[in-house]
Amino acid sequence: MTAVDFDDLTVDEVSRHFGRRRALSHISFRATRGTLLGLLGPNGAGKSTLLAMLATLLRPSAGRIRYGTHDSTTPQPALRASIGVLGHDLFLYPELTAAENLEFFAGLYAVSDPRGAAQRALELAGLTDRADDAVSSFSRGMRQRVALERALIHRPRLLLLDEPFTGLDDASGAALTKRLRELREAGAIVVLATHDLDLADGLLDSAMFLRDGRMVDVVDRPDALRSTYRDIMSRGRASSAAGTRG
Amino acid sequence: MFARVVWLVLRKDLMVEVRSLEIVYTTLFFAVSCVLVFAFALVQEGRPPADGAAGILWISIAFAGTLALGRAFERERQSETLRALLLAPAARPAVYVGKLLGIIALLVAGEIVLVPLVALLFQAPLLLRPIWLAVILVTGTVGFAAVGTLFAAMLVRARSRDVLLPVLLYPITVPVIIAGVRATATLLQPDVDGEILRFWLALLVCFDIVFVTLALWTFEPLMTD
Repeated sequence: MTAVDFDDLTVDEVSRHFGRRRALSHISFRATRGTLLGLLGPNGAGKSTLLAMLATLLRPSAGRIRYGTHDSTTPQPALRASIGVLGHDLFLYPELTAAENLEFFAGLYAVSDPRGAAQRALELAGLTDRADDAVSSFSRGMRQRVALERALIHRPRLLLLDEPFTGLDDASGAALTKRLRELREAGAIVVLATHDLDLADGLLDSAMFLRDGRMVDVVDRPDALRSTYRDIMSRGRASSAAGTRG
Repeated sequence: MFARVVWLVLRKDLMVEVRSLEIVYTTLFFAVSCVLVFAFALVQEGRPPADGAAGILWISIAFAGTLALGRAFERERQSETLRALLLAPAARPAVYVGKLLGIIALLVAGEIVLVPLVALLFQAPLLLRPIWLAVILVTGTVGFAAVGTLFAAMLVRARSRDVLLPVLLYPITVPVIIAGVRATATLLQPDVDGEILRFWLALLVCFDIVFVTLALWTFEPLMTD
């Protein structure tokens, strides 16, 4: 199986419903290689649903997602081979060692020399000396580092991150930010859903603000992220209230 | 690629189980307790009920199997690793087969303890024809685990999965259990009727083919969305 490669990700008028509940409505954006796109919004805004659709775990109810020239008609395994996901949960087996976890996922992604790939990933995570320790004995920050390298072990073009800063101390958060910048430089398309506006400040090339499943605003090269977020969300609240009164 | 993914998933499941021994201990404890309770209830003055051993063996396997299925997928749910398996560019039926073989291996390990225990407590000549018994047990276990693995994977996100799994699993696997019981009971007769034994075995093989085929066919769509 050959992984498909692509230069851009295009989301075109995508909506997703769960029964009668609307989780996302008419979302459109485009991200090119070497872009770090932030998905920002309160709980229930639809960030995780959007990431699940980008990861091919969920199908859009309407609209379409295109990965370069490929869309959902492309055989999904070939597409999934180009996508890396770091979820809110870390997708690691706590009973297995860090090396075993990485080797297992390298094998699943058909990486040549899974053992070598796992060793390189451990070096990048700074955990070579803990390679043979069970993941259950790791701190949250260490697990997060292993999980990030697990998501990157097959060198994906598209990296989807859901709250990657959760539970990280300042040093680990800064290390993750540095790694994300390196990935952007290497030409990855990174889509990052986060509530941690301080760590995301200055990191994003573009920020998409979501609220109640709708795209409220998109800001390129956002700075002063916290105040921008507050302004946009209060505007969104005001227009929702006006809509309700009208 | 298919076989490699099957092997990776199976090896991973066995490694996790060897480290924790969680499923082996719980299912064995449960199955042995089950057999002991039946023995105390049914063996009167050292005389076991006629043909009771076959039924008790299969009931213990079914109960312990349900427990093992639930735990095997609870483990994948805790760190959302099932999601990680589905995100990988591997054929999803290969993931299913890997999980299925892991469950079968665990159940067969349990049966290795259960068979002598039932033979001892119910004075049943279960070990008289070990090859035939092994064939019956493996074919029955495959049918039971094929349906169970599919349902356990489907229910992994359901809130009441522990209740729903046996409710869905037992009505569908009743034919497998009945065929397993009848085949084992036939084997316990002093003069084994080869024709009847072959009939029940053929039925078990048919169930296995149907259940595994259906599961392979439905696993991908059921696990998407």
